[in-house]
Amino acid sequence: MSAETRPNTESLSTGSPLLITGADLAGAGAGDLLVIDGRIAAAGPDAGDQAPEGAQRYHAEGLVALPGLVDLHTHLREPGREDSETIETGSQAAAAGGFTAVLAMANTSPVTDTAESAERIWDLGQRAGYVDVHPVGAVTKALAGEELAELGLMARSRARVRVFSDDGKCVHDARVMRRALEYIRSFDGVISQHSQDPSLAGPTACCHEGELSGRLGLPGWPGVAEESIVARDVMLARHTGSRVHVAHVSTAGSVEVLRWAKAQGIDATAEVTPHHLLLTTDLLTTYDTVFKVNPPLRPQEDVEALREALADGTIDIVATDHAPHVRQDKEHAFTDAAFGMLGLETALSVISTVMVAQGRMTWADVARTMSTDPARIARLTDQGQGLTVGAPANLTLVDPDRKVTVDAANSKSLSRNNPWHGRELVGGVHLTMLRGRVTAREGLVWGAQA
Amino acid sequence: MKHLLSIADLSREEILEILDTAVSMHEVQHRDVKKLPTLRGRTIINFFFEDSTRTRSSFELAGKWLSADTINLTGKGTSVSKGESLRDTVKTIDAMGVDMMIIRHMASGAPAQIARWTRCSIVNAGDGMHEHPSQALLDAYTMRQRLGDLEGRHVALVGDLTHSRVFRSNVLCLQKLGAKVTLVAPATLMPAGIGAWSAHDGLEISHDLDAVLPAVDAVMMLRVQRERMSGGFFPTAREYAVTYGLTKDRLALLPDHAVICHPGPMNRGLEISGDAADAAQSLVLDQVSAGVAVRMSILYHLLAGESSGAQSGEGSAA
Ligand SMILES: [Zn+2]
Repeated sequence: MSAETRPNTESLSTGSPLLITGADLAGAGAGDLLVIDGRIAAAGPDAGDQAPEGAQRYHAEGLVALPGLVDLHTHLREPGREDSETIETGSQAAAAGGFTAVLAMANTSPVTDTAESAERIWDLGQRAGYVDVHPVGAVTKALAGEELAELGLMARSRARVRVFSDDGKCVHDARVMRRALEYIRSFDGVISQHSQDPSLAGPTACCHEGELSGRLGLPGWPGVAEESIVARDVMLARHTGSRVHVAHVSTAGSVEVLRWAKAQGIDATAEVTPHHLLLTTDLLTTYDTVFKVNPPLRPQEDVEALREALADGTIDIVATDHAPHVRQDKEHAFTDAAFGMLGLETALSVISTVMVAQGRMTWADVARTMSTDPARIARLTDQGQGLTVGAPANLTLVDPDRKVTVDAANSKSLSRNNPWHGRELVGGVHLTMLRGRVTAREGLVWGAQA
Repeated sequence: MKHLLSIADLSREEILEILDTAVSMHEVQHRDVKKLPTLRGRTIINFFFEDSTRTRSSFELAGKWLSADTINLTGKGTSVSKGESLRDTVKTIDAMGVDMMIIRHMASGAPAQIARWTRCSIVNAGDGMHEHPSQALLDAYTMRQRLGDLEGRHVALVGDLTHSRVFRSNVLCLQKLGAKVTLVAPATLMPAGIGAWSAHDGLEISHDLDAVLPAVDAVMMLRVQRERMSGGFFPTAREYAVTYGLTKDRLALLPDHAVICHPGPMNRGLEISGDAADAAQSLVLDQVSAGVAVRMSILYHLLAGESSGAQSGEGSAA
């Protein structure tokens, strides 16, 4: 939104018709996209024929056009920790990373557990104007795990909350989880569960439990602490006939449970983070707190199972779990440091590197797992509708061959806890467009008044 | 060698050098005037974020007898609660121009992290459930005094292995010196992934102390912390003492030449009976006495060794 981030030379004005030419349309082959009045007016090989006289042209040959990315799991830290991230800086980072919508987790201070707090976040997101910021509502008041938050009022609010989560904490009481699942059915909500049985992996658990945690003397976080909650929750979803979503799946065992649940027709969806698809637990050997994340990085066997599950649809979507922290919250002894890592700006590049460049997924799969399905799970009506005529022109243009060496200093986030710093990734976001307006190009971002 | 963070960073030769130097340091300890001029003008901070009278006073005496200026700092209530990071805290001390920080911290890995953030030498005086390298060196020193070379000797480590930094450093040290190591504990007090340790590192694992004792040259009993008892790691203190304690009856199973070690403080009647603690084979007080000498040797090798060219200086994590 600030003027200095908006170069005067930006040639793509809004309002006038725009023809994007020659892009690979989400893996469906080369074609054009005609954008008029913030919507896709034509798409496909012949779309250019329908371009009105004087339409601007944007040459996108060699690029891949995806529907704007949607992140179901973002931490924006406002209100409460605006020194780590604000809705404005976080949504700038999102736009730079190719996102047009993010779901902001409820574990702010105060917690997003009322209609008023949810509306405030929605409004701040609209005012910033880089991406749609949809608040996630807390499942329980103050994330205490005891009394249900005002789920219905949040659903009926201007923010139209459909995703509820105590993320950061697990709704570990089975009775509370059951009631929450029953209650949200009437407005088609979903509970996104942070699966961590606190009696098996308590608050200090910070390293995958195994040989390495034993040697390093770090409190272990066993896979079964996640798997047992996933198993319980899919059974509760079956019992209540409601929708459960498993946040940041991290183990092969959880994948097995999900595969079984889907075969039974249980309405359970799941997400995996880019970091759990590429980074492994052995990075903790030096006690570098940038790699401290919850759930923890797992061994290679789990990473392989997660890749396979994302490719075959057992895991539905990619979500970043973008978790910014200021320097002083990370520069503690490993067990004392904050959990979490940045993810919004690098997610597409990581998925491109791990899944697309390796032949595990196509760009159509990326569109499904990073846009269409996250939007569908969150019941967003204005996002993730694909590159189809009449849909809002929410677009991400990707340069699939570009080599990106991540430099934490270039981040739009207020924080620098970037686990990818110095890594070379293949594939980068070229341009992001929200309802026909360019919000980011090559890492430069433009706000609402652009 | 700039830091002592983990026994893993030391070669067998470096360990032996430290232990051999400690022999001459030990002689100083028995003189009327105990000062050596070796570290005159050097400044050592004992930075203890967790209480430990025994280790702190042992390092403090070691520094003083080598004529270093030593200062004690406690880190209680620092960092997280005050909003200052651990990095800021130790960088502030480092900026005063100290030569060495001896760090005790309740969190595993803290000394290794601090070594990346500061320029002075760092000695790990015990970090969380990770390591306690000076303890392992003094344990090896004490055993060598009685048993001679540890190559081919058999040592049993018994008790709460999961939470023990003494165990982690001792395993590495004893194996580098060529000893065979057997671990004895209930499965609930074995570290995660111990099966992989035994496979890679040739450790033997047992839940039967009676079967192990007749074959050992040394048995090291590890402290069971009282707070573990309510953690469901074992049913009752009575059951633990009967099953894994070095009782009077078990003393008879040890070979005559075998020795008993305990890093202290002891829970008499739990992991070790009074009879065993006070037996002729017990080296418990020898360990304490050796502690100062071994720590003098460590300080010498880290601070004086480099200027005299006695150490190669390579291989240290800067
Ligand atoms: Zn979470």
